[in-house]
Amino acid sequence: MFQNGFSPRRVVVTGMGIACPLGLGVEHVWKRMLAGESGIGSIQSFDVSTLPAKIAGQIPTGVKADGRLDINEWIPIKDQKKMDRFIQFALVAAEEAVADSGWVPPDEEARCRTGVMIGSGIGGLETIHEAATLAVQGKIKRISPFFIPSALINLASGQVSIKYGFKGPNHSVVTACATGVHALGDAARLIALGDADVMVAGGAEAAVCELGVAGFCAARALSTGFNDTPQKASRPWDEGRDGFVMGEGSGVLVLEEYEHAKARGAKIYAEVIGYGMSGDAYHITAPAEGHEGAFRAMTAALRSAGVTPAEVQYVNAHGTSTPLGDDLELEAVERLWGDAGKGLAMSSTKSAVGHLLGAAGAVEGIFSILAIRDNVAPPTLNLEKPSRESVIDRVALQAQPRKIEVALSNSFGFGGTNASIVFRAAA
Amino acid sequence: MSDTAEKVKKIVVEHLGVEEAKVTPEASFIDDLGADSLDTVELVMAFEEAFGVEIPDDAAEKITTVKDAIEYIEKHKGE
Repeated sequence: MFQNGFSPRRVVVTGMGIACPLGLGVEHVWKRMLAGESGIGSIQSFDVSTLPAKIAGQIPTGVKADGRLDINEWIPIKDQKKMDRFIQFALVAAEEAVADSGWVPPDEEARCRTGVMIGSGIGGLETIHEAATLAVQGKIKRISPFFIPSALINLASGQVSIKYGFKGPNHSVVTACATGVHALGDAARLIALGDADVMVAGGAEAAVCELGVAGFCAARALSTGFNDTPQKASRPWDEGRDGFVMGEGSGVLVLEEYEHAKARGAKIYAEVIGYGMSGDAYHITAPAEGHEGAFRAMTAALRSAGVTPAEVQYVNAHGTSTPLGDDLELEAVERLWGDAGKGLAMSSTKSAVGHLLGAAGAVEGIFSILAIRDNVAPPTLNLEKPSRESVIDRVALQAQPRKIEVALSNSFGFGGTNASIVFRAAA
Repeated sequence: MSDTAEKVKKIVVEHLGVEEAKVTPEASFIDDLGADSLDTVELVMAFEEAFGVEIPDDAAEKITTVKDAIEYIEKHKGE
């Protein structure tokens, strides 16, 4: 490959869209996040009486004008049954991101140079549950012709491409909770390597359903001690943390080749300057000792960005609020940053929105970019008493104004998959 | 209009998200009402459920208009 002397192209972010437990719309969500608000609450949409975890971050329902979701405002009723909720969330976030970017391909060639890469950790779990229930009830013939295209993970990319006529690379990522970062990083590479000029990239997840909660409960991964005080449950690095809180939603970014964006006078939020990946080869759910896989992913990302740890002012941590994972990630960051850790702010925005699984890396990429844009580190809510001290400022409880030029965002997934992405302020 | 015709019309309106006025007896699901092949499969399933009839695949393939559906159901319901 690339025997022709091709050199990688620069990639910038020109549009962003979000649907998450803090609501709809990038500015609305960001404002609430900086104000220290939480999107975690009791699960009302299904019966949780027999489940040990009874809380989650769910997209608030209501009208668009209030930053809430009424899916009828976004997708015709007849089409809703053709797509699981994770795809609906992707369409909502993509609509904001694409509009925000102002990118409308002027011709067929431009449409063919615009692709989509939206992933999901689990995909249409609720849809699969419904179909399986029909099978168990002996109603196998009642299974909808839309069952498979509703449940398939790559149909988020498929539906977005169909809606907008984007005919470039149509791809999807499935790497559990690292999906979002992998989607952004891989999509940026497709642009850097010349496969596309614009990529609509991100993640979507709607696993806050009976099977999803039951499955993570069975794996002993979820917080169960804060059912009566849901907003206290997601508490990364705090000594009282007892597991993660599931979240749902989608984050979508429009990535664009730098000259392409400049030529059309697009607003540029930030540049994607680095991306690194690694595997633990260790355990199906637990991170390796010292989170050495995370260490290698971050090292690779910084190397590809051509920056030293000292040049990074903010890390958006994976920080899920699990007893084991949080401190191991902290340990890996401390080891990599060394003395430069004293100047670093690292927070976990999962404290406010929960863990959006396959969408986490995408929404956290957006938060990292906004941290750069506004020179502010979003807070780690509920970090009242850290389980251990560190030179690294974890932005406890309140947002902090800080000069942020370069930010790194981490996402790690079951199976031992790690990804880090680095953004820099638009030049 | 018969009860069956009314009910068929209602199902078509709901499933295809089309205006009631467009659902004439002669209207073709695909050519006039914007359905694709998967929509028609689902529509036939909805008829089966609503009228308690079984519509085998070879018969379903011949149901392309609102009238086809009404006639088939009238003929086979209660079987």
